[in-house]
Amino acid sequence: MDAIDRAIVNTLQGGFPLSERPYAEAAREIGIDEAELLRRLERLLADRVLSRFGPMYHAERLGGALTLAALRVPEGEFERVAEIVNGFPEVAHNYAREHEFNMWFVLATETPERRAEAIQAIERATGLRVYDFPKQEEYYVGLRFEA
Amino acid sequence: MELNQRDLRLIAAIQHGLPLSPRPYAEVGERIGLSEQEVIARIRALQARGVIKRFGVVVRHHECGYGANAMVVWDVPNGDVDEVGRRFARFPFVTLCYRRPRRPPEWPYNLYTMIHGRDRAHVLAQLAGLIEKTGAQAIAHRVLFSKRRFKQRGAQYVPPETARAPAPLKQAAG
Repeated sequence: MDAIDRAIVNTLQGGFPLSERPYAEAAREIGIDEAELLRRLERLLADRVLSRFGPMYHAERLGGALTLAALRVPEGEFERVAEIVNGFPEVAHNYAREHEFNMWFVLATETPERRAEAIQAIERATGLRVYDFPKQEEYYVGLRFEA
Repeated sequence: MELNQRDLRLIAAIQHGLPLSPRPYAEVGERIGLSEQEVIARIRALQARGVIKRFGVVVRHHECGYGANAMVVWDVPNGDVDEVGRRFARFPFVTLCYRRPRRPPEWPYNLYTMIHGRDRAHVLAQLAGLIEKTGAQAIAHRVLFSKRRFKQRGAQYVPPETARAPAPLKQAAG
């Protein structure tokens, strides 16, 4: 990543223009031209610096449900269980963490009912209890991630 | 305000990303049978209603040089948790701050903060600063560093088939 890539990441974290030529408009702000911005965004996506360029939805306002869940996976079974959990399309991301609760994943489902079903399905498939930690309150953090 | 079918088609059409072309809204509109202006107006409305939280780059922290992330969980007395959560959320390195239910006896923690840093030492130094500045020494906490990331994609919110425009008439096979 060079200085222009960093400027792109830092400038385009929110507030992408809603106009006919949004990339041209955003590029002007960064000090490059439209074609270069498009080229660089393509590369940042291909290099997987960005996972996406587009909207981040509020799952609950879409009628869906989002929850954080954890498993206590016995030593030696981690790979097997990870494969099962990652196979569920509702699992948005999954991290191994250093704790007895060692697998943490986010479940995003189209409805609250589907969330409960997905949890039960994961319990059946893995033979482990899923600890479900739905969000009760979100404390506002400004988006200040600096690349 | 209820989301109608057109909103849902639009939401599905852009859930994995906006087209990287000079007129992205026109292109999306063409796919789902809306005009460019209508796409723009609907995205604006979805933002105003908070259905779209933000619109732009979705960064993979690791690839941006933030190699370490810790989920720090806290056991805060119920009456204090909102105030403590709001205080923690003000630190720039705290990227998420949520209250979640305890699962006693194995899991007594009710406040979650995500802290990103260049490496583990950096994360721990930021955490020490947060505890010091907020006087949180008495709140029990655990630091769960991530070891591996298996999967990180944007969540799929609506089934992809929603994104299809009404089916065109089938061409006769030649």
